[in-house]
Amino acid sequence: MFYPAMIYVLAVIGLPFALAVVYAFSDIKVGSVGYHFVGLQNFKSILHSATFLRALYDSFIFTVGSQILVLVGSTLLALALEKKFRGRGLVRFLMLLPWVAPVSIGAIGWKWILDSLYSVINWVLVRVPIFHLDKFNPPQWLGEPALAMASVIVVHTWRLLPFSTVILLAGLSAIPKDIPEAAEIDGAGFWRKMFQINIPMLLPILNVALLFGIVFTFTDMTVVYILTRGGPYDSTQVVPSLAFFTGVLGGDLSEGAAISLFMVPILVIVAYLMLRAANRSEVT
Amino acid sequence: MAVVETKGLTKVFKKGELGAVNDVNLTTQEGEFLVFLGPSGSGKTTLLRMIAGLETPTSGQILIGGQDVTHLSPRERRIAMVFQSYALYPHLTVYKNIAFPLKAQKVPKEQHKPKVAWAAGLLGIEKLLHRKPRELSGGERQRVALARAIVREPTVFLLDEPLSNLDAKLRTSAREELEQFHARVKTTTIYVTHDQVEAMALGDRVVVLHQGVVRQIGTPKEVYDDPADTFVATFLGSPAMNLIPQENDIVGFRPEHLLPASLISPDQRVSMHFHFSHEEYLGAERILYGSLADKRFEAKDVISRLPSRVEASFAPGSIVEFAVPRNELKFFDRATEKRAAPRVVSWQ
Repeated sequence: MFYPAMIYVLAVIGLPFALAVVYAFSDIKVGSVGYHFVGLQNFKSILHSATFLRALYDSFIFTVGSQILVLVGSTLLALALEKKFRGRGLVRFLMLLPWVAPVSIGAIGWKWILDSLYSVINWVLVRVPIFHLDKFNPPQWLGEPALAMASVIVVHTWRLLPFSTVILLAGLSAIPKDIPEAAEIDGAGFWRKMFQINIPMLLPILNVALLFGIVFTFTDMTVVYILTRGGPYDSTQVVPSLAFFTGVLGGDLSEGAAISLFMVPILVIVAYLMLRAANRSEVT
Repeated sequence: MAVVETKGLTKVFKKGELGAVNDVNLTTQEGEFLVFLGPSGSGKTTLLRMIAGLETPTSGQILIGGQDVTHLSPRERRIAMVFQSYALYPHLTVYKNIAFPLKAQKVPKEQHKPKVAWAAGLLGIEKLLHRKPRELSGGERQRVALARAIVREPTVFLLDEPLSNLDAKLRTSAREELEQFHARVKTTTIYVTHDQVEAMALGDRVVVLHQGVVRQIGTPKEVYDDPADTFVATFLGSPAMNLIPQENDIVGFRPEHLLPASLISPDQRVSMHFHFSHEEYLGAERILYGSLADKRFEAKDVISRLPSRVEASFAPGSIVEFAVPRNELKFFDRATEKRAAPRVVSWQ
């Protein structure tokens, strides 16, 4: 029973990973014959490439930015959805939709929302007088570097929010009911109960949500690929999308492999730190 | 200190169903230790949670110290509660757990230390202040929970089965400590339990609850010696009171009063034929199981509780003459199961 699973993992994850390692130390391109070992040549070249450094920087902004939004948002959502109210089941279902729906459909919807000509946001904004927007030159959500990065972060947050919320809801239901009740009787108001009891007790599970979030974000290029293709001027280019454009679309397999391998040590360190933190803040 | 009063308090969880608590009218006395006693599902915890403000009553009123608190939040009621699970804050040290109510009620910071020290001293947990709850034993957790409750000197103390998580031996000593503790602080206390021994030992008065209805309120002696109905009669006391139906009444007597006839003087006793079946030896006493031999009682099962110093042996299956002192017989109306005036025993 164990072997099929192992074969599957080896074939789908192990083999490509091993190939990536092999390619990263060579000068292989699409269509080239033979294998030339070039040592660390590829890594040296990407470290000197401004595009790569920019992508690395963007990846950090993208990850940190979306994770902050996801953590705050999912904590609020989970705390709100934990209470019993009429139609809670429906709200929970609607909240899960962004996670269940195919990302391409969601992102295409967003592409329309943020479009340069037909953006519904702009359509609304120019009609609200307090913003004083130029009707003929509204914000280009995907066309200006800072706005494009913000848009990519928001859409990615929208995607990850349900998953994180579900994890936190599970964590919340594990907190014995009488602890917040005791806090209420002890005289704690809403905010004190939230910040001194509920959130500290949620920390271990928040850690897990954050760990997953970071891994899902740092290695993901879907939203970037669909919305901006890394543009404008590489301002939303992240490491995975750069690896894809270089290796697959550009045909430079060895450099693409080297770029994608660059993420491995970073993710290993993140995972290690988070697991250690989760162990330490264990709550009984 | 304050008096807690409930007026027609009712809680219905599901419309159309019988209420978990039905029309409860109670008034505590100043500084009293009042025990809610009942089997599980009797509504005692729901009643306590309504007094605490954790549950909204369907109808009725709650007054604390003369003030109507029915619609106030728990924090505005100035009460303290100890939960069955203790509900200590797992991420805070014992010191911070005890100081939490002070912080929450905005007591000036310089008073925290002396107050926590006072509460911890009262319960003998000064050495545990830097520990986390998970590093404490059950008994220590219970004391921390009590210290956290007492630290802000509440007007009313609510305790929800605080001893049920302790093992049997610890429970007895914790019960005694709780008694002394109440004697020292003299705060009005409401205590919920399903354990009749705890209720009898701790309570100034006991409220016996069944299916959300108050069956009897009285001192431990009153509820034991003068049960208001057959439920109270059988719920208190272990083994339960023997109940023998006769015509329009039910006659009840406690197992410790059913003794070999020779132990009771002939002019005070009511005799019966005890068909002995088997016994349990419990050290200080023996529990004798059998039935009434008289055909009229359809071999009704009865239990006798005999002190071990009474030396008598019975052969299984033998019929022995047993008796009950006349003044220990209780009568209940057969239809309503309520207590009735003493009557003549028909089988004599």
